[in-house]
Amino acid sequence: MIPTSYYLILAALIFAIGATGVLVRRNALIIFMCVEMMLNSVNLTLIALSRQWGNLNGQIFVFMIMAVAAAEVAVGLAILIANTRHRKSINIDEINLLKW
Amino acid sequence: MSLSLLFFLVIGAVSLAAAFGVVVSRQPVHSALFLLVNFATLAVLYVTLDAQFLAAAQVIVYAGGIVILILFVIMLIGGETNDFSAAQRTWSRLVGLGLGLILLIGLGYSAVQRLMPLPADSTALQGGAPKVVGLELFTNYILPFELVGVLLLVALLGALVMGRQPEGAGEGIPSVKASDR
Repeated sequence: MIPTSYYLILAALIFAIGATGVLVRRNALIIFMCVEMMLNSVNLTLIALSRQWGNLNGQIFVFMIMAVAAAEVAVGLAILIANTRHRKSINIDEINLLKW
Repeated sequence: MSLSLLFFLVIGAVSLAAAFGVVVSRQPVHSALFLLVNFATLAVLYVTLDAQFLAAAQVIVYAGGIVILILFVIMLIGGETNDFSAAQRTWSRLVGLGLGLILLIGLGYSAVQRLMPLPADSTALQGGAPKVVGLELFTNYILPFELVGVLLLVALLGALVMGRQPEGAGEGIPSVKASDR
């Protein structure tokens, strides 16, 4: 059996890579994918800790997160498409109408 | 080195490489495919963590649903940007890398700081089969489960409203003519 800490370290690495991607990339679609990756790494920690304490609550939580992630992707991509229709660009630097 | 540890290391390495590929790919399509690999490897890890139902849900929802949706959007709007051109400010990339490194050090330190002992027994999970997860979901967690249904409906409507063609678009195509609505 593999110690839970190994899974936590792997999840931390994936989360950090995803966060770096959000900060470094300027393509809204790729930022989106990095956010999905971060959500998934947190799911991994929840499932690992669920096994650590022999308790199903973590797995139920992951189920809810999956549903919310699916909803978030549908709405987010729709916003992206609506924005692209108006501006012909998905560069995050050019989507700055709400910036003061 | 035991066989299960070797398996974990190989799968984890593939997962990390795919995560890295998502960030550094020039083409958004390649990023989406790397993301698919990342999701698939995580599903394999879920099986090793006594979460069989969630592994299946991961493949269906993420690999089957979300990645396909992202690929469709890439086909619709192209998705090319000049992320790697020289005009891109170099300092912003350095700042992003620095902040990511700080996050990694913080997370890694807190994970390594308290290494956990092996779990005593995980027989209560019963491998995370659909039966136990479903029983838990439909007894203790029935209200959140129903609320998730409402959330998905609202998200569906929201996506429909946001993605609708503006008035007057699609002229000449009979099925999407604005006057038909």
